[in-house]
Amino acid sequence: MKNNIFFCGVGGQGTVLASKLIASAAMKRGIPVMSAETIGMAQKGGSVFSFLRLGDGLHCPMLASGAADIIIGFEPAETVRSLRYLKPDGCVIVSSHPIMPVTAVLKGSNYTGAEMIDYLKKKVKNLTVVDTDEATRSIGSAKSMNMVLLGAAIRTGAIDLSIDDIKAAMRERVKPEFVTMNEKALDYVK
Amino acid sequence: MKWEVGSARRWYTMRKTFLMGNEAIAMGAIAAGVNLVAGYPGTPSTEVLETVAKHNDGSIYVEWSTNEKSGMEVAAGAAYTGARSMVTMKQVGLNVASDPLMSLEYIGVKGGMVVMVADDPGPISSQTEQDTRHYAAFSKLPCFDPSSVEEAYWMIQDAFALSERYGTPVFFRPTTRVCHGYASIEIKEKSEYYVNKPEGFKKDTMRWVIFPRTAFLNHQKIEKRNEQLGDAFSDYRRNIITLGNGETTSRRGIATHGISYTYTQEALEALRSFVNDDERAAMPDVMKVSTPFPFPERLAVDFLRGKDEVLCIEELDPVIERELTYVCGKYGLHVKIRGKLTHDVVNAGENTIDSVKKSIVDFMGWQDAATVRDATMNGDTCETPELPVRPPVLCAGCPHRASFYAVKVAMRGKKTIFCGDIGCYTLGNAMPLDMVDTCLCMGAGLGIAQGVGHIEPDTTCFAFVGDSTFFASAMTGVVNAVYNEADMVLVVLDNSTTAMTGHQPHPGTGHRMMELAENYKKSAEDVANRVSIEKVLEGMGVAAVEVVNPLDHKKAVEVVKRMAAMRGVKAIIMRSPCVMIVKHDKPLAVDSQKCVACKKCINSIGCPAVIMKGGKAFIDASSCTGCALCAKVCPFGAIG
Repeated sequence: MKNNIFFCGVGGQGTVLASKLIASAAMKRGIPVMSAETIGMAQKGGSVFSFLRLGDGLHCPMLASGAADIIIGFEPAETVRSLRYLKPDGCVIVSSHPIMPVTAVLKGSNYTGAEMIDYLKKKVKNLTVVDTDEATRSIGSAKSMNMVLLGAAIRTGAIDLSIDDIKAAMRERVKPEFVTMNEKALDYVK
Repeated sequence: MKWEVGSARRWYTMRKTFLMGNEAIAMGAIAAGVNLVAGYPGTPSTEVLETVAKHNDGSIYVEWSTNEKSGMEVAAGAAYTGARSMVTMKQVGLNVASDPLMSLEYIGVKGGMVVMVADDPGPISSQTEQDTRHYAAFSKLPCFDPSSVEEAYWMIQDAFALSERYGTPVFFRPTTRVCHGYASIEIKEKSEYYVNKPEGFKKDTMRWVIFPRTAFLNHQKIEKRNEQLGDAFSDYRRNIITLGNGETTSRRGIATHGISYTYTQEALEALRSFVNDDERAAMPDVMKVSTPFPFPERLAVDFLRGKDEVLCIEELDPVIERELTYVCGKYGLHVKIRGKLTHDVVNAGENTIDSVKKSIVDFMGWQDAATVRDATMNGDTCETPELPVRPPVLCAGCPHRASFYAVKVAMRGKKTIFCGDIGCYTLGNAMPLDMVDTCLCMGAGLGIAQGVGHIEPDTTCFAFVGDSTFFASAMTGVVNAVYNEADMVLVVLDNSTTAMTGHQPHPGTGHRMMELAENYKKSAEDVANRVSIEKVLEGMGVAAVEVVNPLDHKKAVEVVKRMAAMRGVKAIIMRSPCVMIVKHDKPLAVDSQKCVACKKCINSIGCPAVIMKGGKAFIDASSCTGCALCAKVCPFGAIG
């Protein structure tokens, strides 16, 4: 078994916790893990990514083009930017919520995110678009987006871990008062 | 070899854990019995010192030093006593610490001393792509170059043992992808840690005082030792040759190092399934160089013998490539050495598995694999919608934005130069602020402003510097300005932390690493001596010093105007804490009835929380910190 998972988004979106949960769930099952993430200047509102690899015989935490089993995209344009990492039959989870870069605002760009989603629909067979605005509203926390996307990713079956594995890892990492909210978020996409 | 630590690892009691490379280096240093760790923050090195502090049982002295030079000297002093010490920094920090380093080479140490310098191919978060392996050769100090998180854990322990055995400081040089990679690895239980009890400093002028005569004598010893070390490194189990087909020597080879070694492994594994049987039988041999200096020459000769061509896959500079070319000349070997110098590998930027795959396919002339490579790598990207560019920006609510904007408004229409510096505030260069005309290295803005001012007396010269940078490398520049009667305005952007690298304390914060790690959070009260920036400036003879909160926009503009009109060296301390370390105010909102969509808020300050939505300005409540700068900018009072 070998899983290559790719997270992408914009600095500050909370991709790291989602990646850490998969890592600790895998470790509990005795699966070797490697990962890498953007740290430094790019974190400040720039494009960020993180790789997560599970399985035996890994040499490095980085991914080659066309190697990701799944892309978990926190932002539509960033997901399109990362598509070259996806395996031909790989799956994509994407949040429909766009984040407008300052440069685009200044130039009066007409970026809405919807054009990216349309493009993904054409390119990716195994695509799950999550309306994270609706999801976070219904869960009642703006910070639940990462768990919503993570839950959706696990349910595709592209990662060899169960939603219960993730919940167990989550319970160990988050404060008790947030457990119910996070469980709700992980179960949001059925 | 006696100093190899990990070779008997199966005898240790271990536990499995998930660590970042920098954390692994720190845990390795702790396992090696490190007694003192000093350093200055800098991406990608910062987490090493922080992790030591976090796992400190109280027996290790840990400090963020004022700059890398101080850190190097503190670590050297500790090693003079027989303590095991480590100093941590990023590659450009080594430039600052190079003065003590170059002399320390001749003096040596008693306890093991590791100089942990993280290089940054790309560069991803740096102003240069310099290669610390050159510094190792320049300073004649041994250098370790780890290729993975796990290897870093063991290799740092080897580095301490080797340093102590040979009485010399040793370089440990990871690169960004090793520093910031994570892996589940096994580490030693605490009971297995080496315990080092420093003997204490023993007076010995001949040993500890550098004189021309001592330098001459020690130079000879160092050259001899390095020859021996190069030979010993040929047997180091982390300098290895792997045969391509597992049995016989191939006519072609790849020489590599660090993270590129793991890219080579991944690439060869992936390509193996695309090559034909003949090609598979002739897969290239691989030599991994874990000690670039002194170079493992004997091992290299073994590797080169019988080969036609060798491809060097390196990041930063062609260090291995030049060494192999030299070895070929020295031993009369007819092997063609290829790499960056022959334009077979790109000479700038970081490698990737993809780039390494391409280099190998071209080098080996694998036709089938090339077809597959082109198919998977190029894909069809022609119809991709236009992607918004996303450069890093100052955070929503960042007080630096307000500082830059105040200076911009105050100096509108005047002939000015804004000399910037290294830190978050370098991002003040972006549109629409456009307030950084120069940026060179830490502390340089002061000198640049003075130089411009001496040639162009009609220009009002500003130098911007952060609070941590002020202490690290700006103070001599201030004295220089006062002494030489420059005419300039220094703006200290004091956000009470070292923000860019993840909020480390510095001399102006009233906090230190030791106390912070014990509490795991910042207490409001001072627990360390707080060095006052205004008192330092006054003491240095700066003509006028004023402190102002940049979010008090009107007052800030007034102060800038007043100071700019005075002669001599003036300083404004723009003081407001980093938004990442304080509680935010209530987010603001736009009254869409009052908003006329003039976009002045957007075009003046470029805050990422303010966007256009439905033809009106709109504030994203989840990122707004309530700094209210936009409200002060709005001519219609539509934001509140």
